[in-house]
Amino acid sequence: MYGKVLHIDLSRKRSWVDDQSELFANRIGGVGVGIKLLEEELPKGADPLGPENVIVFAVGPLTGLYPMASKTIALFKSPLTGNLGESHAGGRSATAIRLAGYEAIVIKGASETPIYVAIHGGKVFFRDASGLWGVGNSLTVGRILREREPGAGVRSIMRIGVAGEKLVRYACVTTETYRHFGRLGLGAVFGSKKLKALVVSGAGIIPVKDVKLYRTLYDEIFNAATRTAIMRKYHDIGTSMNVSPLNEIGGLPTRNLKEARFEDAEKISGDFLAENYLGRRVACSHCPVACIHLAALREPYEDEPYFYKTTMISYDYEPIYALGSMLGISDTQGMFKLFHEAEVLAVDAMSTGVVLAWMTEAFEKGLISERETAGLKPRWGDWRTYLKAMRLIVEQPTEFYRDLSMGVMYASSKYGGSSYALSLGGNEMPGYHTGPAAHIGFLTGARHSHLDSAGYSLDQKILKENRKPSIEEIVDYLLEEESWRQILSSLVVCFFARGIYNPAFVEKALRAVGYSFNSSELVKLGLEFLREKNRFKVREGFKLKDLNLPERIYETPSPLGYIDREFVRKAVDLFYAKMGL
Amino acid sequence: MCAKRVSVVDNERCVGCQLCMFACSRRLGYGGLGLSAILVKSTGGIERGFTVIVCRACQSPPCQKVCPTGALTAREGGGVRLNQDKCIGCGHCRDACPFGAIFWNYELNKPIVCLYCGYCVNYCPYKVLSFEGVRK
Repeated sequence: MYGKVLHIDLSRKRSWVDDQSELFANRIGGVGVGIKLLEEELPKGADPLGPENVIVFAVGPLTGLYPMASKTIALFKSPLTGNLGESHAGGRSATAIRLAGYEAIVIKGASETPIYVAIHGGKVFFRDASGLWGVGNSLTVGRILREREPGAGVRSIMRIGVAGEKLVRYACVTTETYRHFGRLGLGAVFGSKKLKALVVSGAGIIPVKDVKLYRTLYDEIFNAATRTAIMRKYHDIGTSMNVSPLNEIGGLPTRNLKEARFEDAEKISGDFLAENYLGRRVACSHCPVACIHLAALREPYEDEPYFYKTTMISYDYEPIYALGSMLGISDTQGMFKLFHEAEVLAVDAMSTGVVLAWMTEAFEKGLISERETAGLKPRWGDWRTYLKAMRLIVEQPTEFYRDLSMGVMYASSKYGGSSYALSLGGNEMPGYHTGPAAHIGFLTGARHSHLDSAGYSLDQKILKENRKPSIEEIVDYLLEEESWRQILSSLVVCFFARGIYNPAFVEKALRAVGYSFNSSELVKLGLEFLREKNRFKVREGFKLKDLNLPERIYETPSPLGYIDREFVRKAVDLFYAKMGL
Repeated sequence: MCAKRVSVVDNERCVGCQLCMFACSRRLGYGGLGLSAILVKSTGGIERGFTVIVCRACQSPPCQKVCPTGALTAREGGGVRLNQDKCIGCGHCRDACPFGAIFWNYELNKPIVCLYCGYCVNYCPYKVLSFEGVRK
């Protein structure tokens, strides 16, 4: 049966399984199903950090069958924006959930004492986590659970760090050491429920309707992913290959977007990192691309000669932007140490970088002083100070750091400097200052993320063609892209594979395994899911009139010139009008 | 023709994509992993890389020696064949394999043993595996 939903009630320590095959048959899986479950399960106006918040994890009909359908979608109410929380992660999470026999997991309630939940062979175990609570390094927590729990190779260990326990509003949930439900604060929601980790193992089989067609299509995907150029960008240098081209065109946010070019970009560029530090590449389960790039950082211990440690540190474009150019860091190793600290604490690297960038500028401008920063003097490029600040944001010894832990919008509302607090819809900005399409996309995207509609890609196309974009062109592009991405995230196909999973191919792939949706139906359904996500946002208090770009975005020229305020406003209005909100 | 087996040429090249594992069940007509006779797991955390566990087609297979019913017989040239009808699911074979390369079908309560077909090797994008003659 396709459509089994496992419910876990943390308050009562009970679990049960619900047959939702009809819901899945109509709404594919992933986001399509997830938004419905969230709407139904979450009481209107729920406190994101109260027991009434609900976490929905969902996978899709292609998971465990085809390569690159390996994402798990998490939906929840975000403690960062107070609105729709949505975050996707890979690793082994999706295959483990589906092969454990479920297509979705709904977590509600809250435990009084720290626990973790383990799901093995169709059984759910509530285990005490009092001893794990407060362990300073989230990598250690992973190590402990690896030893304690069965299912090596076919399991996912999703856990939070101290940041989640301390309710940092942009704490993440980490899985398989290097993958994250990074954005919008799922880690804090786990923390508020006293849920330290969720371990899922599973190795079941999935019957297939048309085995011959299934194998043929499988080979098509496999060949496209491994023998053509479609995935090469992710495969070779990885996402960090964006650093140099974005810097060259002047679209790389630098020092809190005071500039959009970084003079030392070379030292944090994909080529440089691959050449000097790339130590290993790893993959999510059922993905041949292996886009996860790990740097090997070898460091001497200062107190003992000939004594070294080597740390493997995952890097991608977004953390390079947020904890690199945004902070003016040109010391590559220093940047890696910030990445590592983000893993140790389990915070979203992107939000953290933007918060630290705001803190630095506010300090420069005298809005805050050493009294607030507990003696720290933040300065562009000074990674040692940032390293200390990261820990203070998590430990929150003073009111100022507690405020920083609430996100940059909150902090700036209290201390000033809103014009350079780079938050969009309450979510800290992604690393693209490419032009109007990127920023309109961040504003209108259901989760205010670069992943919603990839406006940066349209900006770069327009730049290449050396022309002026129209409002209609941008809006149509963003709406079409974001709608189709609802289908990809209902199938739970990785967005990096969007070149392979086009509508016609998706239709065939679904047919082989027993689901019939034609491609035009899928496109319509995508728009419908997007509308529903936005309706949910409105239900939870989202207001169009609150959507503004911080001044800084208008002040710093993009590769397509200064961004025009009126242009952005009209585009945002047109987007919502066309979407039908 | 000599007997063939799946050989792990260089596990340091393994990225942990597990396509070999999915290939194994797919070869038998199913999605998922429930029938797979190959396992990729991390060697103590993903930062340390991966190990690939698959039958190495022993010349003198311990799994066959401990089989009380003769369900496992030695294959000519190395490795074993399983006769499901004779198997009582006692699990001794699984315990005897020093590599952990006998997997388990919990539905049937019987072992899953490599068929030495080499199908998985076709799906290894990083040349971790090769399908080659058993070394004597």
